[in-house]
Amino acid sequence: MEVLKINHLRKSFGDLEVIKDISLTVNEGEVLSIIGPSGSGKSTLLRCATMLETMDRGDLIYLGEYAAKDDQSGSKYADANSLKNIKGYFGLVFQNFNLFPHYSVLRNVMDAPVRVQKKDKKDAKKHAMELLDRMGLADKADYYPYQLSGGQQQRVSIARALAMNPDILFFDEPTSALDPELTGEILKVIKDLAASHMTMVIVTHEMSFARDVSDKVIFMDKGIIVEEGSPEKVFSSENERMKEFLKRFNG
Amino acid sequence: MSFSVIMSKMGSGYFNAMAIFVFTIIFSMPLGMVVAFGRMSKNKIIQSISKFYISILRGTPLMLQLMVVFYGPFYLFGANIDGFRFPAVIIGFSLNYAAYFAEIYRSGIESIPVGQYEAANVLGYSKRQTFGLIILPQMIKRILPAVTNEIITLVKDTSLAFAITYQEMFTVGKQIAASQTTIMPFFIAGVFYYVTNLVVAFVMEKAENKLAYYR
Ligand SMILES: Nc1ncnc2c1ncn2[C@@H]1O[C@H](COP(=O)(O)OP(=O)(O)OP(=O)(O)O)[C@@H](O)[C@H]1O
Ligand SMILES: [Mg+2]
Repeated sequence: MEVLKINHLRKSFGDLEVIKDISLTVNEGEVLSIIGPSGSGKSTLLRCATMLETMDRGDLIYLGEYAAKDDQSGSKYADANSLKNIKGYFGLVFQNFNLFPHYSVLRNVMDAPVRVQKKDKKDAKKHAMELLDRMGLADKADYYPYQLSGGQQQRVSIARALAMNPDILFFDEPTSALDPELTGEILKVIKDLAASHMTMVIVTHEMSFARDVSDKVIFMDKGIIVEEGSPEKVFSSENERMKEFLKRFNG
Repeated sequence: MSFSVIMSKMGSGYFNAMAIFVFTIIFSMPLGMVVAFGRMSKNKIIQSISKFYISILRGTPLMLQLMVVFYGPFYLFGANIDGFRFPAVIIGFSLNYAAYFAEIYRSGIESIPVGQYEAANVLGYSKRQTFGLIILPQMIKRILPAVTNEIITLVKDTSLAFAITYQEMFTVGKQIAASQTTIMPFFIAGVFYYVTNLVVAFVMEKAENKLAYYR
């Protein structure tokens, strides 16, 4: 089943065309990694997919439902109610966590299920505690975000996203704000999620991680997809831009 | 005039000053929020009106504003303003303080990282929920010191109501001082203002401590 489908996405900021005709599909249980040089439009792509930015052109489809449909003059978004519903299909993990500092760890994780999904408080709490336990943070439930390390904060933010039971989870450079020694713990969490068949789209600069965890890799440069396919195919690509990009990572 | 008579007159003046204080807080703090929203509105007209409002109310003396509010209706329409003194004081003070609170609120709201809005958005919080649950509590914590400043200033500013001879403590004190040729009323007023602000500072510090559980 196609969880996410993007057709012919275009996005400009003023005169700067950041995404130039990108199409992609993510199937259920699939892990897609997006790699590419800084400024190539990876975050913008993710922000369009999660509706933090509006698309100029193209379709955005979740589980067969159109969030945005291209109608020759531009992307037309669905009505507020449909969009609210579609928002329930995905979650996003930010580079800098964006936890709510005035909420305890537990409340960060259970608040949206209660307030947005109108879940029963008890059930939401139980689910939140299970997720925190899975993240190895059960003993930190009553802490506040500022009392946690970056890696722990990022695990809370992953738990917060998972608490909404999303069909697909987006990550925008989830380890870039972390000290190198904390990167591993987050990558492990994501690998565990992949092993449990969570559908994910991950923007990352961790090449070996992308190679390990992905079913599919997209290499973006200057707003277009330069190379895509299995990790084996993309990482052994003969494309000049791809080779040059990889050379910088392999030193 | 005996000391006890002076004290009782000053006491009722103090009561009137506190009436200004309390009503101004009650009206200006919410009104300030309205002005702040106007100031941050995407609608250029609403934004310009709010900006103009703030610039006039902050850019001219409160004393002058009180006189305009009180005497204005008389000069413009020949209205009878006899019973209008207290409402005029409250209107003048509330309009003026709303402008200051608006700017404090705005700076507080604008200091919240955009990531907070984005996280709330992706989690599906409505605009109203995002503001009420995520932004407002964090904003209150950030603006508390500035609000404390403003409230302390308000306690002292109540004395400006003397401009339209509203019988607050300073006006009363001046009258007594003139008729009895003594400066004692000014000392008494000074002590009252000071003690009131000690209480204000104490209460606001308690509030700040209450919000110190997170960073
Ligand atoms: N809100 C915005 N307004 C104007 N320009 C923007 C905006 N957001 C992004 N850009 C520009 O779009 C281009 C792509 O940015 P984007 O953040 O998508 O790149 P990226 O691939 O995520 O880079 P990085 O690896 O550094 O995170 C950049 O040139 C950036 O300056
Ligand atoms: Mg980016």
